[in-house]
Amino acid sequence: MGKIIINRERCKACALCTLACPKELIVFSKEVNTQGFYPAECPPDNECTGCALCAESCPDVAIEVWR
Amino acid sequence: MKQVFKRPPSLKDVPFHFCPGCHHGTIHRLVADAIDHYNLRERTIGIAGVGCSVFVYEYFDIDVAEAPHGRAPAVATGLKRVLRDRIVFTYQGDGDLASIGMSEIVHTANRGENITIIFVNNTVYGMTGGQMAPTTLVGQQTTTSPHGRDSLQAGYPIRMAEMLATLEGTSYSVRVALNTPANLMKAKKAVRRAFAMQMNDLGFSFVELLSSCPTNWGMNSLKANERVEKELIPHFPLGVFKEPKGTDPL
Amino acid sequence: MEKRLFIKGNEALALGAIKAGCRYYFGYPITPQNEIPEYFSHALAKVEGCFIQAESEVASINMLLGASAAGARAMTSSSSPGISLMQEGISYLAGSELPAVIVNIMRSGPGLGGISASQGDYFQATRGGGHGDYRTIVLAPYSVQEMHDLTFLAFDLADKYRNPAVILGDAVLGQMQETMIERKYHAEELPSKDWTLTGASGRKPRLIKSLYLKEGEMERHNWKLFEKYQRMKKEEVRYEVSWVEDADLIIAAFGTTARVSKTAIRLARAAGLKVGLFRPITLFPFPEEALLRLSQRVKRFLTIEMNTGQMVEDVKLSVARDADVHFYGHPPGSPPVPEELLESIKKVY
Repeated sequence: MGKIIINRERCKACALCTLACPKELIVFSKEVNTQGFYPAECPPDNECTGCALCAESCPDVAIEVWR
Repeated sequence: MKQVFKRPPSLKDVPFHFCPGCHHGTIHRLVADAIDHYNLRERTIGIAGVGCSVFVYEYFDIDVAEAPHGRAPAVATGLKRVLRDRIVFTYQGDGDLASIGMSEIVHTANRGENITIIFVNNTVYGMTGGQMAPTTLVGQQTTTSPHGRDSLQAGYPIRMAEMLATLEGTSYSVRVALNTPANLMKAKKAVRRAFAMQMNDLGFSFVELLSSCPTNWGMNSLKANERVEKELIPHFPLGVFKEPKGTDPL
Repeated sequence: MEKRLFIKGNEALALGAIKAGCRYYFGYPITPQNEIPEYFSHALAKVEGCFIQAESEVASINMLLGASAAGARAMTSSSSPGISLMQEGISYLAGSELPAVIVNIMRSGPGLGGISASQGDYFQATRGGGHGDYRTIVLAPYSVQEMHDLTFLAFDLADKYRNPAVILGDAVLGQMQETMIERKYHAEELPSKDWTLTGASGRKPRLIKSLYLKEGEMERHNWKLFEKYQRMKKEEVRYEVSWVEDADLIIAAFGTTARVSKTAIRLARAAGLKVGLFRPITLFPFPEEALLRLSQRVKRFLTIEMNTGQMVEDVKLSVARDADVHFYGHPPGSPPVPEELLESIKKVY
């Protein structure tokens, strides 16, 4: 059982986290952030295992992970 | 639930100015991770190169000196010779290290200075807008090789990790990439190992990290990430080219 | 009883540096200053210092940058073409406000030139040499004694102002041997080095840089450097005057040329010509006010240099409007002889 929080304002929507997630859980928000990006997000009630591969891949260190 | 991943304390909690998908941010995190893993923050001094690397002082919560373009290994040499028990690392791109700084990196390695070099190889000059670098691949289009790098005119891309490994003064030379989780984990270990070597006075450690530069490659971050696998790794193979005898890889 | 040494200029300089607390030397061989790195290569080990023969002058100046950032007294030396290579590093040292001592034992140029003495790097030393709006402190010894003593001053001024200091010698001064008194170094009261990079233990991290991109930062930084240079101009001017009280003509010369000029002046005086000597010791800050005062009374100056006309510009800028400034140049090669300078004096007396 895991959980991630993506910092909306730090995310630049580079999508490298979507490549890393083994369960392809990460999608993009429909709401733009103040930098003009549609940030990545992980919908709640999902199968996240807290593997943290998304966080390891994020060049902006925008993801925190709990397990 | 407990938190299993967060920002390393040595990495300041400020936004990175790097382009979306640029691996500089990841590399900054790996360096900060190594510094914090071994609790080195209070005795580490970073030497920034020139290029996209120039802003390391904005991001690492440590003492930092700015060096002229290419000269970071020489500046690091002078500093480390004065403060032998501090951890000194340079952070340089491919133009800084392999072009204008070629003499400094080769001789610093040759002298076996007990410092760590973080070499970000993205086959192009980033900050200045995408010119050809010593590591640009043959056929690669850049703003100063508009028809693709022609080996007859401009020579071939240089493999720094292999070249430095031929010097007796080099203790550790490794090339890693950041394009897949598996490669990322190996990169994290390599960076940690390099800092561990410096802590144990094991000599000159060199980590080459293959990175993407989406903006100057004219690609989005996913395609750029793919290019690392498809084009960079075949020419710049991953692996350890030199390591001190009798040490384990962590 | 003062100890006297019979010693070569280059060695006297290195000896002085070590006595002033210099423990780090980075340099590259080039004639006519090789005695300096050679001296350090054996002498520094005895005081637990560090000598590196760097791969180039470029590497040398950058190693100096690193050592200075760490808080050490460190220096490099070279000769004209090598000093050209160091200009980038010197600009960075000045912009980053780092103390450093750089020795130029001038040889002939431009280009590869020759190995004989010249004063052709006056402009390079005093007009920046590298890019940007900075100055380096420039000291001009004229004897083996001063090659030794001015090194003390170079380190002190560099630390006092957090600025690079250049010692401008030449091949003759570097290579000649004469006796000198082995003076002791007395540490001055200097500002503490609270800016060095030693690892942020128990304090906030520090930064040594010369990059200023934010609005207004660069301008403020340049004015800050300017204020430093203004202070140097007020407080650090040094010069020597000889036979000026009754002089009708004053020779302005520095370094080896001043040395030969003294003999020429003795010859001139013996022939009834009232000639004096004004010898700047600091080329930056240049002794403008002292020259101006002198020129209120004496209206004829003869600038003599081993080049085709460099310091003469500063002399012209300094003296009163109604003073005449003549020039005699003896371009690089063997140094001028007193008889030759006597002829030049007679021509303008």
